[in-house]
Amino acid sequence: MTEWIWSIDGWIVAAGAFAAMACALPGTFLVLRKMSLMGDAISHAVLPGLAIAFLITHSRGVLPMFVGAVIVGVLTAVGTQVITRYGKVESGAAMGVVFSIFFALGLVLIRQAADHVDLDPGCVLYGNLSQIPLDSLDGSIPPAVINVGLALLLNITFVGLLYKELKICAFDPQLATTVGINANVMHYLLMIVVAITTVASFEAVGSILVIAMLIVPPAAARLLSDRLGTTLILAVTIAATSAVLGHLSALRGPKWIGLDSSVSIETAAMIAVMTGVIFTLTLLVAPKYGLIGRWYQRLGLALQIVREDMLGILYRWFEHRPDEHILKDDLLKAVGRGILARFALGSLKRRQAIEYVGGEGIRLSDSGKDAATKLVRDHRLWEGYMATHFDLPLDHLHEPAERVEHYISEDLSELLKQEMGDLGEDPHGRKIPE
Amino acid sequence: MRSPARTFSTVLMGILMLGIFVAASTPAFGQDGTSSPRTITDTRFVWPSWDSIVRVALMRDHNTRIVVLGTTLLGLAAGLVGTFAYLRRRALMGDALSHATLPGVALAFLITGEKNLPFLLIGATVTGILGVLAVLAIRQSSRIREDAAIGIVLSVLFGAGMALMSVIQSTSNGNAAGLDQFIYGKAASMIRSDARMIGITALVVVVGTVLLFKEFRIVCFDQDFATSMGRNATVVDLFMMGFVVLTTVIGLQAVGLILIVAMLIIPAAAARFWTDDLKMMTVVAGGIGALSGWLGASISALLPKMPTGAIIVLTAGALFIFSMTFAVRRGILAGAVRRIRLRRRIALQHLLRAMAEIEERTGQPTSVDSNELLTMRSWVKSDLRKLTSRAAGAGLIDKKSWSELKLTQLGRTHAQRILRNHRLWETYLIEHADIAPSHVDRDADEIEHVLSERLIRELEATLEAGKDIPPSPHESMPEFAGAKP
Repeated sequence: MTEWIWSIDGWIVAAGAFAAMACALPGTFLVLRKMSLMGDAISHAVLPGLAIAFLITHSRGVLPMFVGAVIVGVLTAVGTQVITRYGKVESGAAMGVVFSIFFALGLVLIRQAADHVDLDPGCVLYGNLSQIPLDSLDGSIPPAVINVGLALLLNITFVGLLYKELKICAFDPQLATTVGINANVMHYLLMIVVAITTVASFEAVGSILVIAMLIVPPAAARLLSDRLGTTLILAVTIAATSAVLGHLSALRGPKWIGLDSSVSIETAAMIAVMTGVIFTLTLLVAPKYGLIGRWYQRLGLALQIVREDMLGILYRWFEHRPDEHILKDDLLKAVGRGILARFALGSLKRRQAIEYVGGEGIRLSDSGKDAATKLVRDHRLWEGYMATHFDLPLDHLHEPAERVEHYISEDLSELLKQEMGDLGEDPHGRKIPE
Repeated sequence: MRSPARTFSTVLMGILMLGIFVAASTPAFGQDGTSSPRTITDTRFVWPSWDSIVRVALMRDHNTRIVVLGTTLLGLAAGLVGTFAYLRRRALMGDALSHATLPGVALAFLITGEKNLPFLLIGATVTGILGVLAVLAIRQSSRIREDAAIGIVLSVLFGAGMALMSVIQSTSNGNAAGLDQFIYGKAASMIRSDARMIGITALVVVVGTVLLFKEFRIVCFDQDFATSMGRNATVVDLFMMGFVVLTTVIGLQAVGLILIVAMLIIPAAAARFWTDDLKMMTVVAGGIGALSGWLGASISALLPKMPTGAIIVLTAGALFIFSMTFAVRRGILAGAVRRIRLRRRIALQHLLRAMAEIEERTGQPTSVDSNELLTMRSWVKSDLRKLTSRAAGAGLIDKKSWSELKLTQLGRTHAQRILRNHRLWETYLIEHADIAPSHVDRDADEIEHVLSERLIRELEATLEAGKDIPPSPHESMPEFAGAKP
């Protein structure tokens, strides 16, 4: 099946996307509250709930399983809190203890009830996304799609109604308490919603991939935005995109990597991989928190510092020898050579702050002179300020001023001038330019 | 503390050597042949017969022997390395690590095209380590916190593993069967070479932990101090993580990648309840791990339907719950008992002080009416009755009836000491902490029970107090007691 068929692939993508979007909403709050692994724990732990419900009712009715799983999911949260508080075990470890015991219990119970094909452990991990369209052969909407759709509606309502409360609890639980929101109740409400979402998505995507949907899109969204509302919308968008891409790559993937078309890839697994791909890309290119953006900023800053150092050197040179120019090679050597120095020189030329004299000589242009004057003025004012206010010896003034000069803003420069009055000279006896 | 710990570790080493010896000398044995004739729809629980219990307990079957030894040694190793992971708060890092091994296993199979265990484990190790590095990189280079980073790596790499597994399943002609035992574990299919490999790993881990114990300890508790001592913390850290990786990878087959993290966390967390000493904790954790491996494998040998890994984890879980409840050192019950004792001691001292204050007013040993005591503190009648009976039982007071109580000589000594402590503290607060006399009583009321000998001597020196009891700096008790809530 490599061709896109709406009646089949449409339902698969719908189920995957609804599940992913439903997960992303409570997942955002889990990530914000540093409780990402609670989603992990709950999704592992609902297994015994499903099994017990099955063993009691002997049917695979949706409601009993739902209730069983939600109860065990909440028990996970309670158990973790009990062990953390009364056993004084660190919360991560407590979570690990609780969910692994529950998961083991679930495996044992499922083995005990092994006659039911749908409850085999493999299904718990994979889910059965590709089976979903089989329920719609008569044209009706597959029940699995309805389930995750309902979960999505529930979560939208939950977040919509309790937006303010969730927001305050996520960022400042103490404040929440003081304004009369019961943070504990909100905690358990969130846990219940996570459990419900997990169970609803379980059938479609399996237990471990639910974690990918709970955590990865919100984490990616958090790299893109500082505002909660935007983060939520981004998380949901990323979730839906990964579902579509995941199914596409599961369909076409074998062909792309040169395998024959009989190879099939599990869509649910590919959705998880796609969330990972989107997260990685975001981590690299996000404007404010992305790695490339930050490297670029850092490079820009480094370039600016070298540029300003060059201007300072040029200014001081012409202070003493107004008629001579400086050799390009000497200037580069003075700032330590290297690619950065060449870049900085080029950038000064482009900004027309320097002029070439002859082939290799360099001197400041008029605009360059202004910039350099400001820089040296700030440097010397700072030296003066430190000499009078910190009582530092003369030979300890230049180094700090050399570092600070790049960060002195207009306002600070003005303040310094007012503070120092008409100083005229820096502590070394050099003139402070106007 | 030192010698029992050493004895314990010698015993553990003994068990270990014995295990390796037996595993190495046992002839190779095939799959476990105990398939029950029951129908597949039968969900009844069948208890094993006594005979089979004895057979398993004495490890008469070669197969059982191998499985039980393998899981016991695995438990031992996991308990040891888990201790340090637990103390370094890296418990869930193990979860990311174990889930990240799946794509490695699948890739190794795709590349080699066969189920060659060493290759599969090498693949598992490589992606496992990459997973851990990814967690560290995400945490360090972005605003994503560690918990989310673990969740991301765990789920995405596991998803990648699942995708590869589905490719393998749809392409290979059946020789991929059994790869999924890495997910849930299948200890029952363990063969001699597996047990030997686990044994060797356990040996490496035990010896390594013993040799590097000092380094591990310093790095666990104070990384900066370790650096200042000339230990390269990063290298020690690498060894620590290396042992975790080794144990995880070796344990995959037996317990499965979802539950292996339990073998790392649970024994260590359980051991923490029993002791405050790292050496003891390591040994106890190893012991609990080994015990759960042994018991779990034995139980699942008796119940052939049951997955061994899950049973081992449940056994460890039971030991954890037992430890959390009953451990002498930090268990919940022990803590509750300690709190009740403290509360009783405080109540008793309050009673004695109240009686001493009455005697101080009358100036001589007096018989006290309980009704008078009731006015001095917010006592409930029934509590006071029990309290006075307890004091009488301890020989601190003579109790003739509700209205006739009298301090014994022993009781008076205690009572006067407490009253003196109370007054010394009050005086100190007034003279040195500049607190109004009307406000010092409540504070002294709480502190009088915990003032140590040394502190009292310091107070005496500071206040230049004599041996007698200083007079009360505020109005006498009853009025104040009436004002108390």
